[in-house]
Amino acid sequence: MASEMQNSADDIIICRDVHKWFGDFHVLRGINMTVKRGEVVVIFGPSGSGKSTFIRTLNRLEDHQRGQIIIDGIELTNDIRNIEAIRSEVGMVFQSFNLFPHLKVIDNITLAPIWVRKWPKEKAEKIALELLERVGIPEQAYKYPAQLSGGQQQRVAIARALAMQPKIMLFDEPTSALDPEMIKEVLDVMRELAESGMTMIVVTHEMGFAREVADRMYFFDEGKIVESGTPEEIFNNPKEERTKEFLSQIL
Amino acid sequence: MTADSEVMRPPRTSLGVLGWLRQNLFSTWYNALLTLFSAWLLYIFLTGFLRWALTVARWEVITANLRLFMVGQYPPDQVWRVQVLVSLIALLFGLSWGIWKGILRGLAIGLATGFGLLAVLPFSPGVRIWLFSNLIAVFIGFIAGHVLSSRSERGRLWLARGTLIAWLLLFPVTVVLLHGFSGTLWLPAVGTNLWGGLLLTFLLAVVGILASFPLGVLLALGRRSELIVIRGFSILFIELVRGVPLVTILFMAQIMLPLFLPPEVRIDRVIRAMVGITLFSAAYMAENVRGGLQSVPEGQVEAARALGLSGPLILLLIVLPQALRAVIPAIVGQFISLFKDTTLVAIIGLMDLLNVGRAVLANPQFLGLHREVYLFVAVVFFIFSYAMSYSSYKLEAALGVGER
Repeated sequence: MASEMQNSADDIIICRDVHKWFGDFHVLRGINMTVKRGEVVVIFGPSGSGKSTFIRTLNRLEDHQRGQIIIDGIELTNDIRNIEAIRSEVGMVFQSFNLFPHLKVIDNITLAPIWVRKWPKEKAEKIALELLERVGIPEQAYKYPAQLSGGQQQRVAIARALAMQPKIMLFDEPTSALDPEMIKEVLDVMRELAESGMTMIVVTHEMGFAREVADRMYFFDEGKIVESGTPEEIFNNPKEERTKEFLSQIL
Repeated sequence: MTADSEVMRPPRTSLGVLGWLRQNLFSTWYNALLTLFSAWLLYIFLTGFLRWALTVARWEVITANLRLFMVGQYPPDQVWRVQVLVSLIALLFGLSWGIWKGILRGLAIGLATGFGLLAVLPFSPGVRIWLFSNLIAVFIGFIAGHVLSSRSERGRLWLARGTLIAWLLLFPVTVVLLHGFSGTLWLPAVGTNLWGGLLLTFLLAVVGILASFPLGVLLALGRRSELIVIRGFSILFIELVRGVPLVTILFMAQIMLPLFLPPEVRIDRVIRAMVGITLFSAAYMAENVRGGLQSVPEGQVEAARALGLSGPLILLLIVLPQALRAVIPAIVGQFISLFKDTTLVAIIGLMDLLNVGRAVLANPQFLGLHREVYLFVAVVFFIFSYAMSYSSYKLEAALGVGER
């Protein structure tokens, strides 16, 4: 126990006994999780298991009501300065993209660097174009989001999050709203990102991606972590009955 | 690519004049009957109207009182101040058209055309020269704006800023120019009790529009605020004002307000009317804007928060642009109705365009010429309302409303 409570400098996310309620509904029931720098973590589980809520507590889009969340040495509290500091270190990609429809692709990407990081416009645009190159759609820079396909929009959303040069990337079911042929192009970008050493927390049901890229997997059910382990352990040798049952349904 | 994989062209659908007539006006026997009936009605109405307008109507009631219609009791020897103001606006319109092109083109050309058409009418030579020089001013402004802004990006930016500042300065300039200073020789004071006609209508409408817009946005935000005092005040204000006719508010401002203020404080009548109109319009504006705020999905705010943007920045950069864009038609609709509602100031004794018309009709010399006067007033209101409506359509198209 004592060794578990000791944090090495490598631990970029530390969650201890995190609880959350929506009204009377107990969504998160004591989540403990530690993520090391550069690790890729996949969270999966049935809908309503609290996995999306959990990932959203990590940049405080939802607040937790008990327990402790420490991101890169800063504890998440109601202190608004802490929250904004952490949010600019933690990128997030949503299921429904949430690009800003009134801004061109490039302005979507440069918005936060210019207004939060106070970069000059030229620098922000240069980096934005590099990021669009990296996610494979440099030619879409001056279009509006509505003119792009779903897969392209999600890649812009990834570029937008990366433009803040975050230390951690959160992905909340990034491919669930996409047509099958577009899922691959988004997963390819995420795979490349994982290989580059980014710390990633991914909520997904793409088990092929998880098997290939994840360092650790967590199975959520009813607000609790039922089981965790390497992809090897989870897929080949699940210990819990609930995990086996769920995997048999989605594989 | 083989011949049969060629892209197929859509089938020809043009019909020619006869084909169009047959398809749209005479497709069935009852459609033909309706067409003929409508044509007959139109003929009766138009010939009747034209016969009246060209032979019976005594339009001299308009030409003889044109100065009254335009500026009310404003002293004739000081009307040049209004003329300078109009020329200034013409020039600024031209300049803005040259710099920003786009939606300003139609408005500026409409303005120039208006001056051109008026200049043809039989006014005094001085007025005609002034009207014609306004037409020239629009185009001089356009050429200056176009040439100066296409030289360099830097120059364009400076010119654009300068023009914006000029537009902002226009308001104090207007006040100083129209009101003047008491005791000076070249710009003697002209009290607001002498302001009237289209000039007054315009001033009331422009001030109402410019002031009620930001106020309405603030009230809409206040109504969604988490601070109970601000929310409570906003709701109270909006519901109170919306529950009362504008006439009542104008009466209150005119008769009740002086009772509450100390006797040495006397607020100008025109300003009180402006405040009344502004507050009234702001309450409706707030509800329009609130509709827009509700149309912005929660995900937009979450995405902005996740990027580390602060609350005010999210509002300014993400929420308001989308919210306001969504309700442009409603907002412009309200501006148009505000413009026409300014006629209600007649009941507190201000001489706006409509009330000038009534005063002219009371003149024994022009007894019984209601049709000429009210038609003229209606046409003037229509022209400016339509200009606003037109700008709204253009603005919507330019901002791509609906292509989410």
